[in-house]
Amino acid sequence: MSGHNYMKLAFASRSENEAFARITVAAFVTQLDPTMEQLDEIKTVVSEAVTNAIIHGYNGSEQGTVTVEAIIDGDTLSLTISDEGGGIEDVELARQPLYTSKPELERSGMGFTIMENFMDAFEVETSQGAGTKLRMKKRIESKKALFN
Amino acid sequence: MSLQVELEQHRNVLIVRLRGELDHHTADVVRFKMEDAILRGRCDHVVLSLKDLQFMDSSGLGVILGRYKLVKSRGGKMVISDIQTSVKRLFELSGLFKILSVYETERSAIASLEVVS
Repeated sequence: MSGHNYMKLAFASRSENEAFARITVAAFVTQLDPTMEQLDEIKTVVSEAVTNAIIHGYNGSEQGTVTVEAIIDGDTLSLTISDEGGGIEDVELARQPLYTSKPELERSGMGFTIMENFMDAFEVETSQGAGTKLRMKKRIESKKALFN
Repeated sequence: MSLQVELEQHRNVLIVRLRGELDHHTADVVRFKMEDAILRGRCDHVVLSLKDLQFMDSSGLGVILGRYKLVKSRGGKMVISDIQTSVKRLFELSGLFKILSVYETERSAIASLEVVS
């Protein structure tokens, strides 16, 4: 599988859409013929990013819009997950393992650590009051290529 | 996609079986059901069986850690059984293995607790 493909998804910042987003991205990525493990990683990463947008970006408000874009270029998946919420005050602090700005909600503080671990590249673009954009990349070595 | 929480009491041990997908959306139901069973029932310990848990993210880690703290504060022990590979990786990343013992089967998890009580 090679070539170029693209998808874009926009949905309300409601928690039931977390499953919708990760399943949709996983379905799109199957054309790269990923392993179960890679697919699990991608689903987890999408879930983390969308959950962050809902809980932190929009502070639980269901009035916001979360946008997920996925690009397949050759064997590389690029994901962009963005919100137009409050933005992250201190990105370095947010990236610390186990740090959470909302301990009262039983957040584990592992979202960023998981995304950084499961993807090959990870970037945060955030602006107070304007929103947050997460850009990530992952190379999917095709099972077919490994067998040949 | 949803999550089912099955509860069963075995002497003083509460067995919680999670079936489906545990994320931020489904975490509340796990929290409420477990909390209710732990506080109302006469159980000291908890076995969390993850055999049929198909998906979990960091929201799941938060809810598991929260229930672990509750059980521990009441003098009990919480252990995990039948963990899947994908869930295992999240446990490793978060260091949850350091505080939660994991058993291969529900039976061995229960057996470990009966030695405790």
